[in-house]
Amino acid sequence: MKYYDKLVFELSREGRTGYSLPANPWSKGAETLPAALRRSTPAALPQVSEVDVVRHYTNLSQMNFGVDTGFYPLGSCTMKYNPKINEEIAAMPGFQRLHPLQPACSVQGALEVYYEMNKALAAITGMSLFTFNPCAGAHGELTGLMIMRQYHLLRGDVKRTRVIVPDSAHGTNPASAAVCGLEVVVVKSTPEGLVDVNDLKPLLDDTIAGIMMTNPNTLGLFEKEIVEIASLVHACGGLLYYDGANMNPMLGVVRPGDMGFDIMHLNLHKTFSTPHGGGGPGSGPVGVAARLADIIPVPKVVRSSDGTFQVVGASEKTAGQVSGFLGNFGIILRAYAYILALGKENIKLAGKLSVLGANYIKESLKDAYKLPIPTVCKHEFVFDGLINDGAHDEVHGATTLDVAKRLLDFGFHAPTIYFPLLFHQAIMIEPTETESKETMDAFIEVMHKIAAEAAQDPTILQEAPHTTPVRRPDETRAARQPILKFGDAAV
Amino acid sequence: MAGFAYFPHTEEDIRQMLQRIGVGSLDDLYSDVPDGVKYKGEYDLPSALSEQEVRDWFASLDAKDVPLKVFVGAGAYDHYTPSVIPYITSRSEFLTAYTPYQCEISQGTLRYIFEYQSMICTLTGLDVSNASMYDGPTAAAEAMKMAVASAKKKNRVLLSKALLPNVLHVVETYAKYAGIDLGYLSAESGQTSLADLQEALAAGDVAGAIVPSVNRYGIVEDLTGFADALHEQKAVLVQSCDPSALAVVKSPAEWGADIAVGDGQSLGIPLNFGGPYVGFMACKTEYLRKLPGRIVGQTEDRDGKRAFVLTLQAREQHIRREKATSNICSNESLMALWATVYLSLMGPKGMQQVNDLSYAGAHYLDDALLATGRFQPVFDKPFLKEFVLKPLVDPAKLQAKLLEKGFFAALQTEEGYVSFCVTEKRTKAEIDALVEAVKEV
Amino acid sequence: MSKVLEGLRYSESHEWVKVEGGIAVVGVSDFAQAEMGDITYVDLPEVDDEVAAGEEFGALESVKASSELYAPVSGKVVEVNAALEDSPELVNEDAYANWLIKVEMSDPAEVDALLDAAAYKATINE
Repeated sequence: MKYYDKLVFELSREGRTGYSLPANPWSKGAETLPAALRRSTPAALPQVSEVDVVRHYTNLSQMNFGVDTGFYPLGSCTMKYNPKINEEIAAMPGFQRLHPLQPACSVQGALEVYYEMNKALAAITGMSLFTFNPCAGAHGELTGLMIMRQYHLLRGDVKRTRVIVPDSAHGTNPASAAVCGLEVVVVKSTPEGLVDVNDLKPLLDDTIAGIMMTNPNTLGLFEKEIVEIASLVHACGGLLYYDGANMNPMLGVVRPGDMGFDIMHLNLHKTFSTPHGGGGPGSGPVGVAARLADIIPVPKVVRSSDGTFQVVGASEKTAGQVSGFLGNFGIILRAYAYILALGKENIKLAGKLSVLGANYIKESLKDAYKLPIPTVCKHEFVFDGLINDGAHDEVHGATTLDVAKRLLDFGFHAPTIYFPLLFHQAIMIEPTETESKETMDAFIEVMHKIAAEAAQDPTILQEAPHTTPVRRPDETRAARQPILKFGDAAV
Repeated sequence: MAGFAYFPHTEEDIRQMLQRIGVGSLDDLYSDVPDGVKYKGEYDLPSALSEQEVRDWFASLDAKDVPLKVFVGAGAYDHYTPSVIPYITSRSEFLTAYTPYQCEISQGTLRYIFEYQSMICTLTGLDVSNASMYDGPTAAAEAMKMAVASAKKKNRVLLSKALLPNVLHVVETYAKYAGIDLGYLSAESGQTSLADLQEALAAGDVAGAIVPSVNRYGIVEDLTGFADALHEQKAVLVQSCDPSALAVVKSPAEWGADIAVGDGQSLGIPLNFGGPYVGFMACKTEYLRKLPGRIVGQTEDRDGKRAFVLTLQAREQHIRREKATSNICSNESLMALWATVYLSLMGPKGMQQVNDLSYAGAHYLDDALLATGRFQPVFDKPFLKEFVLKPLVDPAKLQAKLLEKGFFAALQTEEGYVSFCVTEKRTKAEIDALVEAVKEV
Repeated sequence: MSKVLEGLRYSESHEWVKVEGGIAVVGVSDFAQAEMGDITYVDLPEVDDEVAAGEEFGALESVKASSELYAPVSGKVVEVNAALEDSPELVNEDAYANWLIKVEMSDPAEVDALLDAAAYKATINE
């Protein structure tokens, strides 16, 4: 990657333009608005040509690493390959030009996509009905918790304002609960890394709205006691929420609905291969059990008895409206294209191959990295730093951050680091099913090489990366003296 | 393996990998899963389709959608998308990257987000912008929470009834579960009532008010006195804006607003049947610590080179967990790139022209529709590209006739009006054809 | 080894108090600043805000962490250390010279419940 140091504003020259618009057939324009309602000075946007724009953003793209660039073993993020046919489908002009409020009779094809996608996700998860309104996983969590609260409110059970979250949960779980007005109650993990049923039991009373779990959990371990947990939570009147961030390894093996979960979200940008786009857009559809079907948010797509599709905008029991329109349609198109391409045969295989890859890397590297949980993992697993960090004393060894930065020199994206919080030097690796044995072998070889470097001379790691466009930017300075837009003075 | 394009494993690979792990089969990898919960059925799904079959399936559905000329806005605007944008945003280095955690190999994403933040700041006139949010309505809901978090112990937020319907519905939903009280400001004249605001503020429990810039009737709101009234009570003014319109109408900063939100869809993002879009959110520096979402900042690397990083992360959900003001942990990065490339291409003059064309076309249509005798004017207030009329014909018949002629127009509103919108994409000939179709009703 | 100043009183949540008449000068201990690493922001209350013993009155932020500050005593904030707004690193440089807030105590007896230097030293060495 080569360093390119421009901002588009720095290319700007007064009078240069990059647009092409038709001539105005009318003599007037927005200057006819009363002066008191108009802005006094034009916005300081860049003035650049089309060529400037194309070169600038092409240069910027070349300082970026994506799944198409190379191996991206980022734990908990399921960075699988993003098939290209999906992009073609999402870009079909007929779909792109549809206004979200068009009468249903003019958008039957688009509505059928929603309908079919619901059927497919219901089959894969064992849930009854999905809403596609949430735009991301965290948004799905919040929506799911709103459904949980509305379920209790509709029954007049107003005192259920607490939700149980395992200590190993993604940080988003407690944040979503708080935004939804729920108090978080933490349940501890056993030394093996699973929810401690004995710690859970005393927490269950008539103030519990439900529990949020991910299975496999953030350590990549299957919660074996899930059936007992489900019956305990249901017995106390609570609901079970499934955080679908880790759904990938379960494809074809276990369905959340069969484990006893009442509400769940899926990340279409993880399990169903839609591109992450540098942080979004994603899609976080929420599925519910049949008895909660009336509570899903609006608007929603329904099929009439005559076989046509309609959009329902209001309902008596609905949890509410959580986003502007029906959902991130462009993402749903991609995900459905993926489901069709895989078909029932290959979807079942995807989960197993992702687990195969994770265990293969784990077994291949446990001689060099500390493996706190040695059992069979699911789609991801956690190392707790290097076995030999090269320190001659207590403080000077190579850290997990150093390993991550050194990996960049070898053309790999780094794993997730310092999560989960249970391990101080956590390195979480998730290869996904779309990586070949050769790719994983190359990664394993590099990880061994880095471990050997650390043992010999940790400074090689501590000074890494050596080959990237920039090297360890000063984050403390960025936070202490924030420069958050072009033209902000450096304090 | 039977061979599947997205799975590179050969039978021999799988054998060798299982051997290293020390298990006999793929199923043995799930020995920790109790047999009782395993799914032993067959998914009720079609068998794998070839790429051509997938394309044909979607093409057949796409053919069921009716192509229409769009004359409706209501939160989604049919502005032109320059061809450069999809060309750039489909570059796989942008498209297939994750959130820029490893800043050394994410300078592309980080730089365009910094540019995006800068552009949102210049459009709104405010000091800081986040890296973007899901959409306009959820950004408004986040602003409501931010207002309450900034105002110690005040838990009431006022909403203008002239906000877009979907903004109101989403804010109301978030408020219900967060336990935030809502009040309403009427807009019977087509403009949010200052008198209602003053009256509501007298109770002393108001954390802030959310009012539109260009409202649901297309009217450019006059917010004289709003900021002063709110600030006197230490309450915040949140403005919900169409960012395209901000190129010509008075900016949130000029009205004295503390926070601005809106949907960036109008910045060159296709209608996409409702998404993906991008929400924006900007504020004055004093509210920076309460601003939800990702923020990119400039710094220097070890060699003194200018570099960009995710910054101020201690505000965020993965660190604060249940103490965070928001649970958002991503942005709509790629859609922010759409908006950034759009604004780069358009520049100040292009944005002016987009608004001039939209304004002129909308006023031309308004005049022509009134001349048909089938509508009455509703409000006598300055509007930009969207307007409402009172239909004197059956609105259902009207919309059906227009559909038949290939137009999506005359959207029925809750108030019993019909709403129209004109962007620079609508030609004079199309507007004339729409008016001719109306005359047939 | 973190510095613990004699003569100050400490809370278990790592705030220190120096009593000057009816005013409590409040800061964080050297141990707390060292645990945080480079402090990037100090979130403080405003003058005239009321604080209550054991309750949150602000927060310290570093690049990757946020840590709440708990009031060791109750009362009204009479002064905040404005220098920390632009220079949060002062807390890293000397956590005892760079106090956070001054509180006019409503119940000076609350100070007696706080730890002395020796007791505090024992808690951080555990």
